[in-house]
Amino acid sequence: MNSRILHIATNTFREAVRDRVLYNLIAFALLLTGAAVLVGQVSIDIEHLVVINLGLTAVSLFGLVIAIFIGIGLVSKEIEKRTLYTVLSRPVRRWEFIAGKFFGLSGTLVVNTFFMAIGVFAAMWYVSHPLHTADASVLVALYFIVLQFVIITALALFFSSFSSPLLSAVFTFSLFVIGTFAEDLRGFAMLTHGITRWLATGAAYVVPNFSALNVINQVAHGEGVARRLVVYNTAYAFVYTVTVIAGATLIFERRSLK
Amino acid sequence: MSGPKKITITAAAVFLCAAITSILLLRELDRVRTGATLQEFLYISSPKMLKRLSLGYEGLLADVYWTRAVQYYGGLHHIGGGRYELLWPLLNITTRLDPHIIPAYEYGATFLSAKPPNGAGVPQKAIQLMEYGISQNPDDWHLYYDLGYIYNDVKDYRGAADAFERGSRVPNAHPHLKILAAQMAQHGGELQTAQMLWSSVYETTHDKNIRENALWHLRAVKVGLEVTELEQLVRTYRQKTGHLPQSFRDMARAGLLRGVPVDPVGNEYQLDAAGNVFIGDPEHFPFVEKGLPPGYVPSSIPKIPHTQ
Repeated sequence: MNSRILHIATNTFREAVRDRVLYNLIAFALLLTGAAVLVGQVSIDIEHLVVINLGLTAVSLFGLVIAIFIGIGLVSKEIEKRTLYTVLSRPVRRWEFIAGKFFGLSGTLVVNTFFMAIGVFAAMWYVSHPLHTADASVLVALYFIVLQFVIITALALFFSSFSSPLLSAVFTFSLFVIGTFAEDLRGFAMLTHGITRWLATGAAYVVPNFSALNVINQVAHGEGVARRLVVYNTAYAFVYTVTVIAGATLIFERRSLK
Repeated sequence: MSGPKKITITAAAVFLCAAITSILLLRELDRVRTGATLQEFLYISSPKMLKRLSLGYEGLLADVYWTRAVQYYGGLHHIGGGRYELLWPLLNITTRLDPHIIPAYEYGATFLSAKPPNGAGVPQKAIQLMEYGISQNPDDWHLYYDLGYIYNDVKDYRGAADAFERGSRVPNAHPHLKILAAQMAQHGGELQTAQMLWSSVYETTHDKNIRENALWHLRAVKVGLEVTELEQLVRTYRQKTGHLPQSFRDMARAGLLRGVPVDPVGNEYQLDAAGNVFIGDPEHFPFVEKGLPPGYVPSSIPKIPHTQ
């Protein structure tokens, strides 16, 4: 990563911290602490399951909200405040600006998820200590959640490069929902015929596939995650993100900022 | 080449390559995750819980589960069959989420009742699914029709007759249901019910062929009832005299009959030494199931009388 991208990324991270984004950790900690105490008292034999399900779902939802609501303002906010002109008047290329913003927000989400992960493991330990080897698969689920955040950040940035913040939020959230049902979308496509089939299949491959990245239930039931899945998911998230960032770059390069 | 143009071309090239690679990777991911998604879906197996989680979009969720069920069945069937263990939970969830999803009952019950490798081989589950479907959609005669056939497959003719008969009472039901109900009742030995149902078909139909068919069946049912009655009289004769009658004339002399009984076409009934009653000419009764001589093989073209 060149120094210009690194500087923009660092500033994006600092800005997020200044905007008190990490305050969500307090809400998360309160939620998990409350749940851990409550679950220990009211559930029979599924405390561990509930804490993993609740913890990982909370990590996913908190991160999703942050990724969308910060991601959609990454470009438009800079244009609104006119700080973008200051940045671009220096020897910074537009694609470097996009890349820097992407890495900055992704970094924020990684840090955020790191602290949340500590919270999840603390709650797991509280309801059923000691932890078991199988609990290590929770780390894989957390890793997949981070991969989801990376894709969502790229999508939010993509929409932010040409659309208003409100529409960007709608588009990104819609793609998240559709992507969650991506495998079903491909299933529906297989049931159709002719041109409808081609169109539906095409759409199913264009939307991000979040269903493969969701292994929360699997790990909550103590099942391991196949190594091949980790490898393919990593590769897929990387390639899909590159596609979206390249798209955002293409649009932003040609956008008139006057 | 200028800087911005070079960036645009590079970004476009990266975009295309990455997009193609992502599609290829997605196909690989699908291969890695074969079957995994269904297992994951069934971690939450309670339809009630799923209904709450769907936030009011249970119709859409039901469609998703139905698609999954079809894919699951199709996938296993394509590779030569399997145990179809997840079929029932998937169909149960689908129909509980949307009780009016008729194809899920019709096709689902077929998948469940068919014997392996073509289906799960659990007809009782298929019957359970159809009964639930009927309870939720009592005005759809197709469900009774399918249920009747499932009962027929497991040779529960009384159940089949009951299903067809219930279906025949649904407004706008296909008239054939009444015929099927009568056939099943006759086949299951429920001769009184069969007689009532065939009479109903005979009286209500406007189709000449169906009417004639009902008449043949009514004759067969009548023969069945008469043979049953005659065999009962043979038993009474034996109780009275201590031995079996040699002919119907013996029974007439004992005051049990008024003469030699005849079948609906006028041929005399036959009585063998063991006290069994047979019809004189079975060729006249192609649908008869009781009173056939031992070893009788029906001819390919039965004699169908045109008069009662």
